[in-house]
Amino acid sequence: MAETSQHTISVMVENRPGVLARVSGLFARRGFNIASLAVSATEDPTVSRMTVVVTGDNRELEQITKQLNKLIDVISIFDHTEDNLVEREIALIKVHATLVNRSEIMQLTTVFNAEIVNITPAEETMIIEITGDQNRVDAFLETLAKFEILEMVRTGKIALVRGAKMT
Amino acid sequence: MNGAEALVKALKMEGVDVIFGISGGAALPIYDALAAPDLGITHILVRHEQAAAHMAEGYAKTSGKVGVCLATSGPGATNLVTGIADAILDSVPIVAITGQVPTTSIGTDAFQESDIMGITMPIVKHSYQARHPNEVARMVREAFHLARTGRPGPVLIDMPRDVSQGEVTAFDFPQEVKIRGYHPEINPDLSSVAEAVALIDQAKKPVLYAGGGVVATDAHEELRALAEKADIPVTTTLMGRGAIDDAHPLALNMLGMHGTAYANWAVRDADLLIAVGVRFDDRVTGNLAKFAKNAKIIHVEIDPAEVHKNRIADVAIHADAKLALQQLHDRCAPQKHEEWRRQIAMWKEEQPLFYEKSDKLKPQFIMEEIATLTDGQAILATDVGQHQMWAAQFYPFRRPRQWLTSGGLGTMGYGLPAALGAKYAQPEQDVWLVTGDGSFQMNLQELATSRIYNLPVRIALFNNGSLGMVRQWQTLFYEERYSGIDLKTVPNFAKLAEAYDCVGITVTTPEEVRPALEKAMDVTDRTVLIDFQHDPDEHVYPMIPSGQSVEEMRLQPGKRSL
Repeated sequence: MAETSQHTISVMVENRPGVLARVSGLFARRGFNIASLAVSATEDPTVSRMTVVVTGDNRELEQITKQLNKLIDVISIFDHTEDNLVEREIALIKVHATLVNRSEIMQLTTVFNAEIVNITPAEETMIIEITGDQNRVDAFLETLAKFEILEMVRTGKIALVRGAKMT
Repeated sequence: MNGAEALVKALKMEGVDVIFGISGGAALPIYDALAAPDLGITHILVRHEQAAAHMAEGYAKTSGKVGVCLATSGPGATNLVTGIADAILDSVPIVAITGQVPTTSIGTDAFQESDIMGITMPIVKHSYQARHPNEVARMVREAFHLARTGRPGPVLIDMPRDVSQGEVTAFDFPQEVKIRGYHPEINPDLSSVAEAVALIDQAKKPVLYAGGGVVATDAHEELRALAEKADIPVTTTLMGRGAIDDAHPLALNMLGMHGTAYANWAVRDADLLIAVGVRFDDRVTGNLAKFAKNAKIIHVEIDPAEVHKNRIADVAIHADAKLALQQLHDRCAPQKHEEWRRQIAMWKEEQPLFYEKSDKLKPQFIMEEIATLTDGQAILATDVGQHQMWAAQFYPFRRPRQWLTSGGLGTMGYGLPAALGAKYAQPEQDVWLVTGDGSFQMNLQELATSRIYNLPVRIALFNNGSLGMVRQWQTLFYEERYSGIDLKTVPNFAKLAEAYDCVGITVTTPEEVRPALEKAMDVTDRTVLIDFQHDPDEHVYPMIPSGQSVEEMRLQPGKRSL
């Protein structure tokens, strides 16, 4: 069996209604596993960029790429398996912050270079934002796990290749 | 000019001469545009939209042009769905046009609103919903380009009523189609060709496995030329029937689940399988791990996503089948594989297609008689089931585009409308429909269309009073626990045909077959239906049970009469 691993791919698509449905529908009906999907504008207003993290072996990745290529609205696809990437995710974490643990939470936030973006002392809540690659965000969430996390939201990964290489 | 008129004008510019469809509220502006005098586009009013889509398919497959079907919004559009799904799986170029509620009502669950864009998303090559009258003509241009190029397939154009009625201020029908996400590669890469030629030159036991892609690209001459030069036997898929003349000494008939024993044995023992315009479908391969396991694979295929999908190819050539076959032919060395051909001839001698002759009416006998009387020259449409397999096996195909069948989707009800679409495209040709009592009842209302539009076809209805193929599986794999297969003896099909002002004949014995067929062939002004009430216990053989391999192939029981 080929090795299963995570792959990041950038899919450049026509900026048109329904394109996200075509792409996500394709993933669903072909049984491809998406770990995350981020859709965004690009420097070209007619083009949107989808950054997709998929799990699979090389053969599955090949099928994913080929099937995506068959969509007429897909302009180009870049598999970043071999690329040196800058990758970012953002998480917002709402923590139950009491008088007792508040300073510890703030300390950890500083250590991780995260940012407290909201404090509502009367309701004992705090919202922390962390930006970083997947490992950093994972590590921070792990660290916060001992506190009471009320809500959490996390974006999909976005990525660009370092240097002059364009995607 | 409004959006609907722009649509019709663009269709005309694309060379459309016929549209199969049914009107309705949201399609009224389009029908109004079609009513223009001296338009030069015939509208065939069908009785069910599903049939319109299959007619467009039958028209497309026999003519090589893009077929067009038209329906209103809501139920009209959803009725097209089966035909669109059929076209994507068999790579048939059709453009389906649907009316839609006005853009201002979309999403409000308006009367006869359905999200046909969403519903058909997984089964179209591409789809468009017009949002402004000015973009309609360009959408038509692109839709036809997409439908017919690369791997052909269905394209949908959804026309909201306000767009159809809105004023066109700029009619934009581009000369050249530019779609930045669409660049099908048709020219074979010469280094892949060289690798393939090296394999062909070394092979001792090569087999050509030819499919619908050979038919779609009209590559039959190139296929034959390569087969003859390198002395390679040719087997075809269900969709590839007619890619080579069955009378050719190198032709092995069909492979796969109900393929001939000798074709399947040849693939089993082959050291090289040259797969052209095929997709290693499960009905061909059975157990993939055991399929052609001694063979290296050359895969010639226009759609890169089909290469390495089911079977890893040793050499892949992403190209148009015709251009690739030409290159392979020009570069390969002349060969003689006498020992290999002798082996296959022995298998053919040992286990040809046959059936046990008896005084019962045998379906294979009917097929043989049709073949004899039509000299293998008829256009043959089928439905889906046992009759379809007997037709594929026992009809001696002479040329491509003679054979219309629903392969990928296996759509019962496909046959009659497909036959009528073919008759429209090829009025001079003798068009036959081989159908079953189950399938026929799924679109028999189109007998009316046949009569009214003077599209006479000859219908051989293989009547065994049951869903025969399901019954066969229940006999073989479910210990004869018959469940949900008994269709009984209703209706009287001959009377049914008469009710539609067609000719109906009932046949119950072998002696009646020839006279009935001769009578049918004398009728030229209307459709004739022959209800052949045949032996219901006859099974389709050979059979490789689903998911198994050639080792488990079940052969035709009974005695061969010589």
